[in-house]
Amino acid sequence: MLVESLALSAVLFTIGVIGVLTRRNAIIIFMCVELMLNAVNLSFVALSKLHGAAGQVFVVFTMTVAAAEAAVGLAIIIAIFRHTQTVNLQNINILKG
Amino acid sequence: MIPAMTPEGAHPLAATAARLVWLLPLLPLLGFLLNGTLAMLGVAKTGPADPSAAHDAHDSGHGHDAAHDDHAPTRHKYAALVSLIGPGVLIAAFGVAVACFLAMRSVDMEHPYIVTLYQWMPVGDLTIGATLHLDQLSMVMVLVVTGVGALIHVFSVGYMQDDPGYPRYFAYLNLFIFFMLVLVLGGSYPVLFVGWEGVGLCSYLLIGFWFSEKVNADAGKKAFIVNRIGDFGFLVAMFLMFANLGALDFVPVAAKAAELPMGGIVVTAICLFMFLGCAGKSAQIPLYVWLPDAMAGPTPVSALIHAATMVTAGVYLIARSATLFSMAPTAQLVVALIGALTAFLAATIGLKQWDIKKVLAYSTVSQLGFMFVAVGVGSYVAGIFHLVTHSFFKALLFLGSGSVIYAMHAAYHATHKHDDAQDMRNMGGLRRHLPITCYLMWIATLAIAGIPLFSGFFSKDEILSSVFARAHGSTIADATLFGVHGSTILMVIYGLGIASALMTAIYMMRMMLYTFHGPNRTGEAERPHLAEAPWVMTGPLVVLGVLSLVGGWLNVPALLSGIGPVGVLDHWLEPVVGEASLRTTLGAAPHLPHQTELVLVGVAIAIAVAGIAFAVWRLKPAALVPKKDAVPTEGFVRVLENKYFVDEGYDKAFVQPTLGISRAVLWKGLDNGIIDGLFVNGSALLARAIGWMGSQLQTGQVGTYAWVLLIGVITILGAFTFR
Repeated sequence: MLVESLALSAVLFTIGVIGVLTRRNAIIIFMCVELMLNAVNLSFVALSKLHGAAGQVFVVFTMTVAAAEAAVGLAIIIAIFRHTQTVNLQNINILKG
Repeated sequence: MIPAMTPEGAHPLAATAARLVWLLPLLPLLGFLLNGTLAMLGVAKTGPADPSAAHDAHDSGHGHDAAHDDHAPTRHKYAALVSLIGPGVLIAAFGVAVACFLAMRSVDMEHPYIVTLYQWMPVGDLTIGATLHLDQLSMVMVLVVTGVGALIHVFSVGYMQDDPGYPRYFAYLNLFIFFMLVLVLGGSYPVLFVGWEGVGLCSYLLIGFWFSEKVNADAGKKAFIVNRIGDFGFLVAMFLMFANLGALDFVPVAAKAAELPMGGIVVTAICLFMFLGCAGKSAQIPLYVWLPDAMAGPTPVSALIHAATMVTAGVYLIARSATLFSMAPTAQLVVALIGALTAFLAATIGLKQWDIKKVLAYSTVSQLGFMFVAVGVGSYVAGIFHLVTHSFFKALLFLGSGSVIYAMHAAYHATHKHDDAQDMRNMGGLRRHLPITCYLMWIATLAIAGIPLFSGFFSKDEILSSVFARAHGSTIADATLFGVHGSTILMVIYGLGIASALMTAIYMMRMMLYTFHGPNRTGEAERPHLAEAPWVMTGPLVVLGVLSLVGGWLNVPALLSGIGPVGVLDHWLEPVVGEASLRTTLGAAPHLPHQTELVLVGVAIAIAVAGIAFAVWRLKPAALVPKKDAVPTEGFVRVLENKYFVDEGYDKAFVQPTLGISRAVLWKGLDNGIIDGLFVNGSALLARAIGWMGSQLQTGQVGTYAWVLLIGVITILGAFTFR
């Protein structure tokens, strides 16, 4: 059961990474980031079977942080959209040197 | 000079007044500090006189002597105090010098009296003390410096009284005397060099005393720079001495030099480099050009620094290094030849100068040439003798000309006329207005021309006869220079000396006739204002007049033994330079047959009389016109008036190339190109290029950053996993 859980977690995480790297839309990238967080959550829960309850405690923390991040991140995306009328990250490069 | 060092305590002078020798330099230094303080206290309101107001009309750029402008005299508020301190310290120093002299007379001393004040530079093998070295030679110099110096200080009280820079003037003058005494009393070459540089500094400061006028400041700079060239030679000589002899104090240097091979390359090089230093300080070819320009300073300065004392430092240095020079006959030949050529060249230029101070300046260069002839042929006593008599009569001539300029200035000032107060064409007939100055200057003129029984006659005759005597049977006569035999060169030097003596008589007569005789050309309105200077100025002239008259008795030749004790100076200086002199003359005292000596004296007298007669016969003061009406001259006279265009030649040959190279290579190439271009702008460009490359990594694309992040993570994880 543990091995399957960790494998699923790895698959989910990889999907998230690929999504972040390849997609252009800020919302989708955001969703992929959430996917990566939850993949990690899954591996925490799976591993708590071996190492005790600390992993489950961490999951709660992660979800809290993820909720806060979602609030802030979505707010930023809305602000960006208001400013540039797009959420396509290729057009948003004001950090350029 | 005896090599053995005497323990200080055991020296016979240590128990006498001569132990106060340290007071000699200290007194003028004290005067400098006091006068300098007063100058600083009073400087707020006044500066140097504004010469532009009074000198618009001058075209030569010179002749701005004496305090002057159209306003009421701006006497300095501390002038009275300064008049007390300035000459006071000099008179006190002269008193100390006389006390030292009397002490030296009373004891029998063969070794110099050496006082080490403190250790100055103990570095490895080199130990230089701040050492005073009192012997017969430095005693003579100290007496001249403080004696003539005191007289000129007193004269300055009258001459400079209305100058706003009065305390500054006396501060510089006192400082000069301090450094001059360090120069003549220093016990080693480095200490002498401190004085040497110090007098150069004071010379610079005093030539440019009225620095608000550019020509004066330029003349100061010229003197300073030309002297630097000479000082380079002196420094190289000192390096060579330390490297080859391992010593820099006079006594061990002389002892070790005597052990060197005769005429060796080392000792010859040392002497020639040292002579380069002397040529700078004492205005010899090729470095004489600064001295005539130095006349831009106040006239008493010309008398003190540029005639009587500082410029003779080179002669003193060679006499002090007599042992070194006696080991290098080729160098001696060079010294004597350069001296003779300088004497001749300067005398020809002196024939056609119109500025009264310029005549005297070239005369000084010429007489210094005579002194170098003397020390060059190893007749050190004759050189020092001429140095002493020259300091008397040339100081008198300069102070006399100062007195004349003072009168001319006062006359122009009274009538608000702007004209050259130093041009002889504006003078004439001043005998009626300045009788005392006139007669005293006649004494000096006859002395410098070499009329018998005046001081210059004895010293100049001794120089010429010593050249003649060494033409055979001396190390110099056996030496060769560029393949020419020494005795031939000595005869050429003798001929040049005779010719220079003839011209000396002519140009001095010319100066006297044009200045004091014939009709007056100053102007109708100015004539009643021409008057003798106050006694504070004529007093020192009288003393110098007496000295010029009797100075010859210092060293009466054996030929004239009837008139006084023979060879006093000879005996006095014998412990210092006797050994070196004898080495040059192969151990035997130079001796000429009685008839030859009579003929030589006869020739000298005939030359002097002929020069004077020629001048009286040919020169017509009545035919002269004032400067502003003068027509330009042509041909060789024009060449002489323009000093052979040597200054212009130097400008073309050295100054302009230096400026050109400085501009093209140092400024445009090195400074603008390398320093500014490569280093300053180059480093800025490099930083910008690196920054630009870094900025190109920042695309602003979040995806790129994420890729980079991922690659980094994988790399690090990989490194940890597969290490």
